[in-house]
Amino acid sequence: MSQIALWGAVELGLVYAFVALGVYLAFRVLDFPDLTVDGTFPLGAAVAAVLIMAGVNPWLASVVAMVAGALAGLVTATLNVRFKILNLLASILTMIALFSVNLRVMGRPNVALLSVDTMLTPFYGHGLRDFMVRPMFLLMLAIVALIVVWRYLESDAGLAMRATGANVRMARAQGINTDRQVYFGIALSNALVALGGALFAQTNGFADVTAGVGTIVVGLAAVIIGETLFGTRRILIALIGCVIGSILYRIAIQMALSSDSLGLQASDLNLVTAVLVTFALVLPRLKRGVLSS
Amino acid sequence: MIALDNIHVVFGRGTPLEKKALSGVSLTIKEGAFTTVIGSNGAGKSTLLGVLAGDVIPVEGSVRIGDADVTKQPTAARAGRVARVFQDPLAGSCGALSIEENLALAHKRGQHRGLKLALGHTRRKLFREKIAELDLGLENRMTDRMAMLSGGQRQAVSLVMAMMAGCDMLLLDEHTAALDPGMAEFVMKLTERIVGAKKLTTLMVTHSMRQALDYGDRTIMLHGGEIVLDVEGNNRRNLDVEDLIDMFRRVRGQTLDDDELLIAE
Repeated sequence: MSQIALWGAVELGLVYAFVALGVYLAFRVLDFPDLTVDGTFPLGAAVAAVLIMAGVNPWLASVVAMVAGALAGLVTATLNVRFKILNLLASILTMIALFSVNLRVMGRPNVALLSVDTMLTPFYGHGLRDFMVRPMFLLMLAIVALIVVWRYLESDAGLAMRATGANVRMARAQGINTDRQVYFGIALSNALVALGGALFAQTNGFADVTAGVGTIVVGLAAVIIGETLFGTRRILIALIGCVIGSILYRIAIQMALSSDSLGLQASDLNLVTAVLVTFALVLPRLKRGVLSS
Repeated sequence: MIALDNIHVVFGRGTPLEKKALSGVSLTIKEGAFTTVIGSNGAGKSTLLGVLAGDVIPVEGSVRIGDADVTKQPTAARAGRVARVFQDPLAGSCGALSIEENLALAHKRGQHRGLKLALGHTRRKLFREKIAELDLGLENRMTDRMAMLSGGQRQAVSLVMAMMAGCDMLLLDEHTAALDPGMAEFVMKLTERIVGAKKLTTLMVTHSMRQALDYGDRTIMLHGGEIVLDVEGNNRRNLDVEDLIDMFRRVRGQTLDDDELLIAE
């Protein structure tokens, strides 16, 4: 694997670190299997790309993308909380709907972000090669996001969210409005995923309506790799695990695809992903099985 | 003061399985009174507790706790008034969270939860002191997950949690039923100590007639969704388990089966 390919893998891993943090909030904190993210990721990319092309400040465009993501999350949460639709199904409904929404937002299947200023433009050309600037910029943003999420989860309000996911009956008995926790948590989760999408569009130079396929699997893979390597005991460690897991996942994929002896090509990506995630899911079970037998 | 007025609860209304769980229950509990509740399965004990906690909203009647009418308030909205220990040790606390995190949750029961750190220095110290009072050695395991504790330890911590924030009433839902005899004894003694020290208005549901008479200062018996016995003071002191079983038999109009004799002790 060339150096550029490695930097590229790290870059993509850091983009999906935001997805991993979002997926952690939904799956692990709230115990809410939220597939909305498959639609929210391209939604974030689409909103950011269209706004930036229209001349809006890229930072503002990214914030609007996050708001759009949060709204999508609220739709899923409403379907589940207000209308009692099974959480998984509620998120699939929103995800399907978002495919059409994303096409409407862009007006066509993809938008190119060429020859316009993005969040990264001011950081290019200061001595570092572009392919190094992007991951460094993303790392800074990811650290900020990680600290915000961490601090929130360690607060009284965040503890209420964790209790909602862990034991809903107990949470209510403690006076926690669990419905509100689901609304807020799923909105926050999808805002992070949409931010990932907005950054994807700006680092790759395009937004595409199909970019969201498998987002949930990639996010989940990052979370699980992080958990396997770092454990789940402390919130901060788990969050750092999400980010590093996301990077390691991309490097592993890159290595699998670039190794000639395996004979894989780019179109095998989804299959490789599924195998990798399955492996990461089964590994802890196998380890336990070996130990007990 | 707690006041239930003409409470009616119907489950599965309008379906073939419609069941009247409570029919016209009225009950006034004085401030600081410790009331025990007995009754056979399906008598309405849990429903009564649910009505007070907010899990069950009655179709008719009113519920007053302290100075507020809480009839229509769901559980979370009245949690600041009602502290509770569940029968299932797993139900009252979060197994996935640590002991101190569970206490932090209870510390803010029924209050606004802001962005302040849930486990700052002063709170950690306070929680440690509270747990140390149990004398179970748990103060050295504050960061252990709740799931690592035994059922009895969890119930003991649940009692501490119930006392972390103020309340107008404490609900105990057969909170020693799932424990081994030794631990049940410990938890009951602890309950008595806490309730006595704070003069808490307490309602304890129990399956054990022995417990119902040994603890508290008033006993009510439910049957078929109605209060069929309500004793306190001297009348209650002169009662023993035999008398209760007698009354039980009379209201049911049949002889007791072995099952019910078992729970008499």
